[in-house]
Amino acid sequence: MRLLTHNMLSSNIKGVTSGFPLRIEAEKVVEKQVELNAAFLKNMFAKIEWKPFVDASRAMGYAELPDEAEPLMLESDEFLQKFHHALLELHLEEGALVCPETGRRFPVNKGIPNMLLHEDEV
Amino acid sequence: MWYLCVFYHRLLDYRKPEVESLADLFGAFTDDHKLEWKLPQHHHPDSPFHFVNLPSEEIARNVANRSILVKGLYELWGEGNSYEELEEAIKNYPDEQKLPYLTSESSFKITVDTFGKVISFQEQNDRIRDLSYIPFKGRVNLRNPDHKFWLMETNDYGSNNGLPPVVQKRVFFGREVGAADRKLLPTYQLKSRSYLGPTAMDAEVAFLMANQAQAMPGKLVYDPFVGTGSILVAAAHFGAMTMGADIDIRIVRDGRGPECNVWSNFKQYGLQMPLSLLRADNNLPPWRSGLKEVFDAIICDPPYGVRAGGRKSGGRKLLKGIKGPYTVPEDKRTDHIPSTAAYSLAECVHDLLDLAARMLVIGGRLVYFYPVLRDNDSIDTNFPEHPCFELVAACEQMLSLRYSRVLLTMVKTRPYTDDIAEVAKIRHLEFKENHLKWMEDGNLRSAVFSPADLQLGDTGDTKVGKESKPKYRGKYV
Repeated sequence: MRLLTHNMLSSNIKGVTSGFPLRIEAEKVVEKQVELNAAFLKNMFAKIEWKPFVDASRAMGYAELPDEAEPLMLESDEFLQKFHHALLELHLEEGALVCPETGRRFPVNKGIPNMLLHEDEV
Repeated sequence: MWYLCVFYHRLLDYRKPEVESLADLFGAFTDDHKLEWKLPQHHHPDSPFHFVNLPSEEIARNVANRSILVKGLYELWGEGNSYEELEEAIKNYPDEQKLPYLTSESSFKITVDTFGKVISFQEQNDRIRDLSYIPFKGRVNLRNPDHKFWLMETNDYGSNNGLPPVVQKRVFFGREVGAADRKLLPTYQLKSRSYLGPTAMDAEVAFLMANQAQAMPGKLVYDPFVGTGSILVAAAHFGAMTMGADIDIRIVRDGRGPECNVWSNFKQYGLQMPLSLLRADNNLPPWRSGLKEVFDAIICDPPYGVRAGGRKSGGRKLLKGIKGPYTVPEDKRTDHIPSTAAYSLAECVHDLLDLAARMLVIGGRLVYFYPVLRDNDSIDTNFPEHPCFELVAACEQMLSLRYSRVLLTMVKTRPYTDDIAEVAKIRHLEFKENHLKWMEDGNLRSAVFSPADLQLGDTGDTKVGKESKPKYRGKYV
């Protein structure tokens, strides 16, 4: 699971009002190289919640991202490269996503987050 | 500029929408240009021969080369009911249009093609020799010519199966501007795909879906019923980034082992891997509340209960009201496998439209298959509607006498508002409360598979009527 996906997901358990961001429990993180597409990154930058994204990257052991970011920074190649790496090249292979409100763990195995709810959660 | 557009004679309902969708993608629609179609005189709309008006040769080439069903787009040099008429037409075609393609520095090739008749190799050569009134100066190159010319002949072979003839006798001569790359289809055919499911999408139709969705580099395409990824593979071939979700974790996570799973289907063709695969329920999507307008297209083949049934969260007994929710004991929570219930088509489509309305960018496309029962050789054309969307194409493909599937292409034209979200939420709860009623109302499976005698019921003569009725050829091929 890439951090792009993490930034889009929340815990949708019945009654939970603030299920975002999910806390990352990382057991195994892998890196896979992907070609950089600047237009796509600029597009996604506008959709990303920055603070949860930075926290998530740190939970994955990557501390290069600044605490705050603005669209102008996308002009810098260095920033773009870091943003690209954190957004698309870091994978949570094994671990869990934890609901910030209830502590429910959504397991991540073989890189696939399992977001299905139990019967008493729908 | 008008071009002769010749189609492969298959999937007739898909042909024009594909060209229109690609013309839009390559910028053919502007304030002063509208796409128009014309038919050769007396040709039936099912004819493979059409004329289409496109703003430039470059756009025409892009459309044809990216398409799946365009056999060729041609600059027409002449046409006629006989070879004498053709000769006159070609001679009258302006020299400044012809001569640049006939120079001695260039190479060329002439192909003779027919529709509705077969001619021998000898006859083909004779036809080419008869074109000597065109001042070809270049060299012949059959492998890799600079310019390709086509001589196309159609014959009226009379009525067929009780239906009017498709074409009239006509001869066309034109210069090829572009043509579909059908070599894609054997490359991507399902029988050489490593990981397959029972409802994997056929490669040709998957490419047509990707064209309807205008997949291209830099765009993000999502499939909420991803299965083995057969639709996303086509989108990825055209350079789009992909994401997929499925409620069945065995498919998205495990596949048939480390070398045979959804990822390997992309690797097999050297395509960019999906950005994300996850297990999620389309009925209760896990997207965070502020997230909207992220996908450029949503393409899918929803489970409609004929070959595969949809599932959603919540136990069968829970939704029937027999039992209260099962409380999972604390010590069993980690490995608990939640039960799911059947998912009616109506609810599935409602959820899909709501998700698309929220998650697509303005101008983004929702492309999905919708099943319809056939009644008296026609289908009910009341397709699902949504205030955020406009329907731009509905392409029918008949699957049996009893039902068809229709590929719907919808474009998001208006933003998703709080009011629309509120209405969708109320509907969601209604579906949940009336689960049983919806499962019975929308039961396509029994309509498609129940024994024929039951269906005929009181009108005993229907069977005879059906056999003698002419079949609408268009949607079978």
